[in-house]
Amino acid sequence: MNRYTKGTLALEIVMIAVAVVFAFPVYVLINLAIRAPSDTSSPIAPTSSPTLANFAQAWQEGGLGGALINSLAVTAISVLIVLTVSSLAAYPLARSTAHWSRGTFLLIMLGLILPFQLAALPLYQTVRDLGLLGSIWSLVLFYAGLQVPFTTFLYVGFLRALPRDFEEAATIDGCGPLTAFRYVVLPMLKPITVTALVLNTVSVWNDFFTPLLYLSGSDQQTMPVAVAGFVGQFVSDWNLIFAALLISVIPVLAVYLLLQRSIINGFAGGLKG
Amino acid sequence: MTRTRTAPWWFALPALTLFAFVVLIPSARGVYYAFTDWDGLDPAFTLIGLDNFTAITDDPDALQAVWHTLLIAVAITVIQNGIGLLLALGVNSAIKSRNFLRVLLFAPAVVTPIVTAYLWRNLLGPDGAVNSLLALFCIAGKNWLGDPDLALWMIVLVVVWQFAGYSMVIFVAGLQSVPKEIYEAAAIDGSGPVRRFWSIVRPLLAPAITINLMLSIIGGIKLFDQVYALTGGGPGHATDTISTLIYKDAFTLGEFGYSIALAVVLTIIVAIASAGQYTVLSRNERAAS
Repeated sequence: MNRYTKGTLALEIVMIAVAVVFAFPVYVLINLAIRAPSDTSSPIAPTSSPTLANFAQAWQEGGLGGALINSLAVTAISVLIVLTVSSLAAYPLARSTAHWSRGTFLLIMLGLILPFQLAALPLYQTVRDLGLLGSIWSLVLFYAGLQVPFTTFLYVGFLRALPRDFEEAATIDGCGPLTAFRYVVLPMLKPITVTALVLNTVSVWNDFFTPLLYLSGSDQQTMPVAVAGFVGQFVSDWNLIFAALLISVIPVLAVYLLLQRSIINGFAGGLKG
Repeated sequence: MTRTRTAPWWFALPALTLFAFVVLIPSARGVYYAFTDWDGLDPAFTLIGLDNFTAITDDPDALQAVWHTLLIAVAITVIQNGIGLLLALGVNSAIKSRNFLRVLLFAPAVVTPIVTAYLWRNLLGPDGAVNSLLALFCIAGKNWLGDPDLALWMIVLVVVWQFAGYSMVIFVAGLQSVPKEIYEAAAIDGSGPVRRFWSIVRPLLAPAITINLMLSIIGGIKLFDQVYALTGGGPGHATDTISTLIYKDAFTLGEFGYSIALAVVLTIIVAIASAGQYTVLSRNERAAS
């Protein structure tokens, strides 16, 4: 099975051909982003005189810098909150066999099924009444709650497979519950925390519907909404739009390439739950 | 005795409060509003019973959107997982480029869906790269997103392009649980690759299949970003889904009650799909183990 046979070579060629087909849109994305708008040759012909002017213009006119900072802030703060409250909640939910514990767990798991479209409109009204429309704090609050069910589900599944011995020993040694959690349980949760961190970061960063609702009409934007606004503004100026798309993709892909192993394992890690 | 003391109940309070405030209470209010004529602004609204729901069943656009939602979800599930499995078998082999290919094919899955959708809107346009490519092979181009018969399938194509690598990664994790010894022993005993896949690999893949089907069918039912960016539900209503109608009815037409009744319909569909899948797949998983 590990020998490199003729069949393996054939498979290698087929797979590389498939990868070329998959990568074709990315080629066009870069090719058009570095092309002057006056160049009207075929989109698949390599650009003859590449320019970076589109990037400079997209950056200045799209407000992408501010959107990038907002996206970073919203993602970092809300993911930190979600990981903290969910791991904390998972501890009694995984350990206690009392009725309230099972009931609470099932109630939170209900959130896995409820589509956010159902809560989005009544919550829109609440956010408006609180005067938080157009503020990125409405998003932080929203994601901090929305991501609780999935994250708690991951943590509870992982904790149930862990032995209780260490935390019981810590309690007998006189540790309070918070100290036992912080110094005994939390370190053991590291693998699932990486998974939860990756999955939450990607879904919060990429979300479009929520900021579309809660930030529309304000000058506060996240990256996905800024890109959509940019497309609306420069309708058919595709060279400029492609430069903006590429700018929004670069930070994500840079992090992905840097942490590819943890990220891919994070996505595959939900499997163990 | 020590058990209750190690993990006190109040640890669950912060998560429960956030969850209740953001998901549980608004969802419950949503279900209530579905039976009212609430317009999103006026605090004075009245209960109107099932009127919003009968309006949905009387609205050909809404019924069509329900059909589109189901069609898109099923098409994405079948095609994305089929391709994802083939890719997984391809990269889980002795080929030299396997690690590179895994990283490359998964990459679209981390990119913002609204961004990939805008990219494809241009690629599939009348003067786009797809038609230019077809012209090289002397194939006449089409208006992929402007043709009501094709547009829905283009949405499926874009989602599959982006997330086939995601399915692949989960299948690869499943494939790695298949013991090589058993696989090789079967090969020595003379079973062909198809037979080996069906009898040895497939049962061990059951957990990966469960996760993949669950993710793609629920993701497909809720799909919004790609439809919004690629077609906006058009041409006409040819690609409207429940999610795009919810958005349009609430935020461009101000019909919040009707919109939220649609969200209730969406919730019911998601619940039925989850429950159905859970029953069928857990039975299969038990049978396989």
